[in-house]
Amino acid sequence: MSSPPLVRPLTVIRPRGARTLVGWAELWAYRDLVYFLTWRDIKVRYKQTALGAAWAVLQPVLTMVVFSIFFGRLAGVPSEGVPYPVFAYTALVPWTFFANAVTQASNSLVAQEAMLTKVYFPRLIVPLAAVLAGLVDVSIAFVVLVGLMLAYGTVPTVAILALPLLVVFAAITALAVGLWLSALNVRYRDVRYTLPFIVQLWLFASPVAYPSSLVPEAWRPLYGVNPMVGVVDGFRWALLGGTESPGSAFLVSVAAVVALLVGGLAYFRRMERSFADAV
Amino acid sequence: MPSSGGSVALRVNGLGKRYELGERESYVALRDVISRAVKRPLVRSRRRRAVGDSVFWALRDVSFEVPHGEALAIVGRNGAGKSTLLKILTRITEPTEGEAVVAGRVGALLEVGTGFHPELTGRENVTLNGAILGMRRQEIQAKFDEIVDFAGVERFVDTPVKRYSSGMRARLAFAVAAFLETDILVVDEVLAVGDAEFQKKCMGKMGDAADGGRTVLFVSHNMTAVESLCKRAVWLDGGRVVADGPTPDVVGRYLSTSFSALSERSWPELESAPGNDAVRVRRAAVRPEYGSPSDPIDVRTPVALEFEYWNLRPNALLNLSVHIYNAQGVLVFNALPYLEKVWQGRPFPRGLYRDTCHIPGDLLNDGTYRVELMVVEGSRAIYKQDEILVFEVRDDPHSRDGWFGSWEGAVRPQLSWETEQLVDENVTVGLHVD
Ligand SMILES: Nc1ncnc2c1ncn2[C@@H]1O[C@H](COP(=O)(O)OP(=O)(O)O)[C@@H](O)[C@H]1O
Repeated sequence: MSSPPLVRPLTVIRPRGARTLVGWAELWAYRDLVYFLTWRDIKVRYKQTALGAAWAVLQPVLTMVVFSIFFGRLAGVPSEGVPYPVFAYTALVPWTFFANAVTQASNSLVAQEAMLTKVYFPRLIVPLAAVLAGLVDVSIAFVVLVGLMLAYGTVPTVAILALPLLVVFAAITALAVGLWLSALNVRYRDVRYTLPFIVQLWLFASPVAYPSSLVPEAWRPLYGVNPMVGVVDGFRWALLGGTESPGSAFLVSVAAVVALLVGGLAYFRRMERSFADAV
Repeated sequence: MPSSGGSVALRVNGLGKRYELGERESYVALRDVISRAVKRPLVRSRRRRAVGDSVFWALRDVSFEVPHGEALAIVGRNGAGKSTLLKILTRITEPTEGEAVVAGRVGALLEVGTGFHPELTGRENVTLNGAILGMRRQEIQAKFDEIVDFAGVERFVDTPVKRYSSGMRARLAFAVAAFLETDILVVDEVLAVGDAEFQKKCMGKMGDAADGGRTVLFVSHNMTAVESLCKRAVWLDGGRVVADGPTPDVVGRYLSTSFSALSERSWPELESAPGNDAVRVRRAAVRPEYGSPSDPIDVRTPVALEFEYWNLRPNALLNLSVHIYNAQGVLVFNALPYLEKVWQGRPFPRGLYRDTCHIPGDLLNDGTYRVELMVVEGSRAIYKQDEILVFEVRDDPHSRDGWFGSWEGAVRPQLSWETEQLVDENVTVGLHVD
């Protein structure tokens, strides 16, 4: 084999080695791992479920159908001048992504126990890959959305240009929540059992089945503390136009995500040291 | 910033790792933590300190240096802290105190197969496993054929790994790690993997690494492998360095002291000796037939097991029954004194007795053995002690002809063989032999 490299970087291993929030250099050095883990998650998911890629479409579509019948038709929930199915589906695309990504990310560390206890790599990559893998579902779900909009004759405005940014925003939101839950899940083993319940509550606390305009004006900023309010409103604004541009609630959501993310990174960083001992 | 020290590959300074007892075992529920905090917010801090009392150091005050290109063995019995040390050096876990300075990239051959996913093909898993170990994509691609060839799975690269035999899976995983170009290679007990031929390849690969100027840290229970690969050894016990020096010295001391703890035991006081109202054990020992309990035993040594016990009831019809288990928990044999000539079948008056059981040489394989003692009256066990003795049978390096893999089988008898030539081709040329 070839001779060892001439430059040998020194690594100092000591207690509480990590002091920065994110080890960017290290993350960059392991960028291939981010790619391969994401790709593995996608591949395995589509290989394992019988429906494969169809599941990515069926989940939001079936939810949309149920919502349209019960909320749109029977309960007569308003949909801001857009046909209710389009209105609901536009929100279900980011919502389904968020719910799945958070669930996958939360379980990611515990599921990768064998890797965590035997090899070192930046732990952040594990929940990150889980979130990134979910983005493939989003792109599949978008195809259906385009069909739906064509069928109902909904025309987007120039606001659609903001869509990529909003997808990034949704992914960061999922990552921020996923960081907290994945680290908590290692320490506290009951987190995973409460997760489906949390996700369900979160769905109704977000403007998916109903427009956020149902919430009284005065309460909107508080409502925006739930970052999915900003994400869903943003998606509706970008794709369906018409509605006024996202207001104060959106800004509150952005602030909430930043706080969640920084806190999540710090908590993850702190817990990271004991992952291998605890899983 | 510590200096690189020129040719030092690894410098470990006062390294320690503390575990909180019960941290792993107990089920921590978030629900409990929250309800406790809500009910009694002030109690929390006090409880934390109570936990701090039950800490234990898996590693403490460990210091050593490894020059570049040296192969260092780390020996010690189970629970000594060897894996903990390797995990700190490979950054899987953080130390609690002290520091280690590592020059260059560290690669680990810890337990292999990590990160393999059964649904993915061999090719996909090689790529993924390489990335987990920190290899760049081009690096994996460049070595792909060599890796697959080394593992001997060429025909199955595009088959999902779930269809592989466990041996194939382990070989492939080892191969990925073995081709990782690192300055420091950490190896934990790989010889447990694969068949004899593959083990030979692995030993060769590690030998190459050491010869090629890479630093190797090697943990193994196989002292023959340790002695052939490493010139220097560090002996850990109870998380501390007990000895550090030339391998033969350290290994010799390690083997002779580490197992003496259970190679002779005695209980001089009758009341507190293990047993019951019928019998009490006074002493148990395992020794070479012509030596004392602290002498080493190798595969060729005849061994004597001695048990001294009090019979507390008049005219008891006693038999000892000895079970010998190997490290895998396999019952190797059960010995009973039926061939004993003096006391067999006679009632035992009250008193102190000694039974000696003779195990011939060239019977036990190398490894650790656990002795279980049972006292039987008629067909009923009246007393049993699970782990009355533990002893180690060393390998005999001279009997192996340069091969270091594990010698398979529960026993290792020297059997007589004959080879006869039935047809001499030189004479029978022209004859037709199908
Ligand atoms: N995550 C953990 N939590 C608590 N104790 C641990 C943990 N890992 C190892 N230990 C303990 O640390 C000690 C040293 O273990 P280890 O390093 O595995 O020893 P070795 O490799 O020499 O057999 C053992 O007593 C073991 O039980």
